[in-house]
Amino acid sequence: MTQPTLTARPGPEGIELTAAGAWTVEHAGNLDGLIDRTVRASPSGQPLSIDMKSVTALDTYGAWLIERLVRAREEGHGAAHVDGLPERYRALYDEIRTTEREGPAGPPPGASLVGYVTRLGRATAGLFRELTDFAQMLGAIVMSLARAVANPRSFRFTPTMSHLDRVGWQAVPIMLLITFLIGAIIAQQGFFHFRKFGADAYVVDMVGILVLREIGVLIIAIMMAGRSGSAYTAELGSMKMREEIDALRTMGRDPVDVLILPRIVALVIALPILTFMGSMAALYGGGLVAWLYAGMSPAIYIERLREAISLTHFQVGMIKAPFMALVIGVVACAQGLAVKGSAESLGRETTASVVKSIFLVIVLDGLFAVFFASVDM
Amino acid sequence: MTSDKAIDVRDLVVGFGPRTVLNRVTFDVRRGEVFGFVGGSGSGKSVLLRTIIGLIPRRSGAIEVLGTRLDSATREQRRGIERRWGVLFQQGALFSSLTVLQNVQFPMIEYLDLPQRLMDEMAAVKLDMVGLGKADHNKMPSELSGGMTKRVALARALALDPELVFLDEPTSGLDPISAGDFDALIKTLQETLGLTVFMITHDLESLHAICDRVGALADGRVVAEGTIESMLDCDHPWVRSYFRGRRATALSSRFANTEA
Repeated sequence: MTQPTLTARPGPEGIELTAAGAWTVEHAGNLDGLIDRTVRASPSGQPLSIDMKSVTALDTYGAWLIERLVRAREEGHGAAHVDGLPERYRALYDEIRTTEREGPAGPPPGASLVGYVTRLGRATAGLFRELTDFAQMLGAIVMSLARAVANPRSFRFTPTMSHLDRVGWQAVPIMLLITFLIGAIIAQQGFFHFRKFGADAYVVDMVGILVLREIGVLIIAIMMAGRSGSAYTAELGSMKMREEIDALRTMGRDPVDVLILPRIVALVIALPILTFMGSMAALYGGGLVAWLYAGMSPAIYIERLREAISLTHFQVGMIKAPFMALVIGVVACAQGLAVKGSAESLGRETTASVVKSIFLVIVLDGLFAVFFASVDM
Repeated sequence: MTSDKAIDVRDLVVGFGPRTVLNRVTFDVRRGEVFGFVGGSGSGKSVLLRTIIGLIPRRSGAIEVLGTRLDSATREQRRGIERRWGVLFQQGALFSSLTVLQNVQFPMIEYLDLPQRLMDEMAAVKLDMVGLGKADHNKMPSELSGGMTKRVALARALALDPELVFLDEPTSGLDPISAGDFDALIKTLQETLGLTVFMITHDLESLHAICDRVGALADGRVVAEGTIESMLDCDHPWVRSYFRGRRATALSSRFANTEA
């Protein structure tokens, strides 16, 4: 492939340009500059003729560059024409001549001040929309639940069991492991620091109350948001992308009944059970540390635990669990249905689902703390 | 390099698990021709295409594309070959997070060092060639209809003026007028750029209108290869019913009339 050239010389009827070599995509970058230089060096206002006889290869890039030159000249009130184009390139050049009469579209509005204000406005409006989305999803789920209660046979029992298997049963090992470790760590830190002022015995109180009231349910809920909430969002989102949800709707089935209610019910059943198991694992981990690290015999640990904790503490933790499950499920499903066509949007909504549900779980925990304080629990 | 074959496939065997999809497939595509591949749904046409472009491993056999055996090629050679072909996937396979214009520019950015202005213009030229105007440049793929997706995908496949294009059912899902335009466009490009086209299609009209030669895939092998006229003389039952069915004879008589 020979390098393309473009030479200019003044002729009797204006400037004569002679093109040679391969005017192809490989040389497009060079050609772009070459044409600019040649044209700038020649006086404007004179007619231009381009001799293409010696061009050895031409593709759409070369053809476009010539056409661009001709058009630029014509816009500047100068004549320009192409001579001696080899016959085999005629059709290609004619094809290019008909294209692109309107110029490429500008880039989407971005960095300007108006762009920033637009985005700020969109984000604010989006916040309200998300709020209404959440409320709508909650309402739709309640309606769906009401329909299921009124007509139990319409409830989808088999998918619920399958989801329960995934979000509940299959989550047991990891949940037990994590809560066990958290319990052990709290106990170890407690013994290490409380020992300095001889308060070893109260470590058991701390572990018991903390685990049953707060840590057990929080850790499990956060793990659920990351493990199952994200899966719900990704599943529903990709179903949305592939128009599966629309298909369901056209068959007269409400996606909330078919896809969402079974998922939420599974989550609401699984989270309290896992919270109970997780709390037990954390207490076990604390006991193990008390025995092996602090030398407190298991019998004393259990005895102290019996004195320190009451059924109330246990209830406080367990009452919170289903509500947290509901929040996680509603957020995950609402985000899933908010997915638009692109893969990027699926990723964005999945991230948003996890972040939002963890945030809301913690906010809910705070609200419950206020509530339980005012009812003396 | 001087070989006059753009694609040369010898005794290709491809299978998944216990199932053999392609059994000793042999054919070649000459440079500068439009080669149409037909076969029933599920006969392995797409598998063949994906094997040629290296997405599916083969069990045995040899594939040579643009004079290079891809399996023994170095990374650099392979990249060089990939730069010289364009692929239109059946579903378009547009990058969903890029706009239409960015999708067409993507290969230019990856392989060429061009000023942004020229890339914008070339992408606009390519989109214009496939019949898409300025209004569509900043759309996202999720906002496009099926036919528009095909067009953008073709524009992307042609972005680098390739020597060889692979088209997987380019006209399926298009209305007959658009399909005809699409065929005409492929033919124009093939004539002007000396493009070699390897096309999988069900569209009898495309086969008649633009394919120089046709291959038929049935039972995991190429049962017929040649011009569309020679297909009519083939006595393989599938080929017979495909080319001599009611729709096919209606079409071929129409083409015979227009040519006469």
